[in-house]
Amino acid sequence: MRLFDVLGPVMIGPSSSHTAGAARIGRTARQLLGEAPMRADIGLYGSFATTGRGHGTDRAIVAGLLDMKPDDPRLPDSFALAEEAGMEFVIHSVELRAAHPNTAVLTLEGKRRKLSLTAASVGGGRIRVTSIDGVSADFGGDANTLIIHNEDTPGCIAEVTRALAARRINIASMQVFRSAPGGEAVMVLECDSHIPADLEPQLGAVSGIHKVTCLNVDDTP
Amino acid sequence: MSFLSCAEMLTYAHEQGCSLAQAVLRSDLAESRLTEADSRAEMRRLWQVMQATSRDYDPDRRSRSGLVGGDAAKVERAAAAGQLLGGEYLSAVTAEALKTAECNACMKRIVAAPTAGSCGVLPAVLLPLARMGEADDDAICDALYVAAGFGQVIAARATLAGAEGGCQAEVGAASAMAAAALCYLKGGTPASCASAAAMALGNLLGLVCDPVAGLVEVPCVKRNVVGAVNAVACANMALSGIDSAIPCDEVIDAMGRVGLQLSPDLRETGAGGLAATPTGRAIARRLASEAGGV
Repeated sequence: MRLFDVLGPVMIGPSSSHTAGAARIGRTARQLLGEAPMRADIGLYGSFATTGRGHGTDRAIVAGLLDMKPDDPRLPDSFALAEEAGMEFVIHSVELRAAHPNTAVLTLEGKRRKLSLTAASVGGGRIRVTSIDGVSADFGGDANTLIIHNEDTPGCIAEVTRALAARRINIASMQVFRSAPGGEAVMVLECDSHIPADLEPQLGAVSGIHKVTCLNVDDTP
Repeated sequence: MSFLSCAEMLTYAHEQGCSLAQAVLRSDLAESRLTEADSRAEMRRLWQVMQATSRDYDPDRRSRSGLVGGDAAKVERAAAAGQLLGGEYLSAVTAEALKTAECNACMKRIVAAPTAGSCGVLPAVLLPLARMGEADDDAICDALYVAAGFGQVIAARATLAGAEGGCQAEVGAASAMAAAALCYLKGGTPASCASAAAMALGNLLGLVCDPVAGLVEVPCVKRNVVGAVNAVACANMALSGIDSAIPCDEVIDAMGRVGLQLSPDLRETGAGGLAATPTGRAIARRLASEAGGV
């Protein structure tokens, strides 16, 4: 474990998994949506559902959706701040099969886009996104990440990697998932450098690619 | 690459002719891709947050369940009135451990050290020394590197998660880290720092994680006091030349094995120990009915 994972993070209490990790799930979801959510449906599963209220899991997720980091002192007041910001939200418990005990299911709606996401808080404030828009995924949201929704047809992956290569962006890890052969597929590429904004329209114009999402963690250290 | 054993950490410091703090700092730089200046600035920031948490403590604040808050102020009042045992330092350690752990339960900002549940232990032993003028910020930050180094070894060989190893992995680990930090601050040798850590962790071996209603409140807040006071006692033993009969790495390995032997009821599920007492269960039922579900 890295030194500043043993000492740290700086966070709003009381729990790194139920509070800090929950805030990171909310904030990662907002970054993936690419805009401020206007409506949020927040489902809590397992220990998030049973002890979430006492740990402030509900407030932490809402704080994250409002773009607060896990150490933001306004985190406990997030419900009132959401009202001020005009973000509607509902929180309820959900039943899932074979999910991590600290899992949240978020459905977000912004002015331009919609997003659904399932993520787990896996300890020490770290998270894993386990599905995005109904397709399985597995990434931590702690690296610059490019997410592509596409048709499961030959050539889509080559288009994406060619575009990254042309800009000298190194791929640290790459995963591909699909709902069914020839169905909806998702590519998750964690990159070593910043993903430029104009890559989004460029790849979005490629035939077979439905949606391009960038998560640049170096925008907001 | 961080050290996988205390023995390796001590050997590195000896061979390089550097302090334990420098050994830990250097081992992290390659891995974290930080410069030494960045790393030191980050450590200074953590120390500033620890100070700010204590400074901003509000004795009127209560946790959402109402179970936690205000106790640190009681200790300070009783200490000021001369009612307590153990002298000024031990009273301050007790009050500071409660302060930071209460702040955590009350959704204030803390440094997880190594976890949120055990965040009170390190600041408890360090803040009074800084306030009494016994250690400046640079010395405290060096001691925090030493603490982190032992924490990294515990993470590598055992665990720092209560859900995996019980409270011995959280407050026990924090106590070991704090004992090593104190021993280092008071000029102890690397070997005596390792002894202090070994004795502190060994003393808390088997400590279970049994949070009432699953919350980081009861008994977590008061266990931070035990971790801090145990750290002081073990640092004092090590500084007196007392050696841990069992080497630090072997104590850590034993902690990991004991964690695996603990029933899941005693690993953060809120199903055993104090959580399963009639009063613990009654509190859990009351909170559940108040909450009306999520």
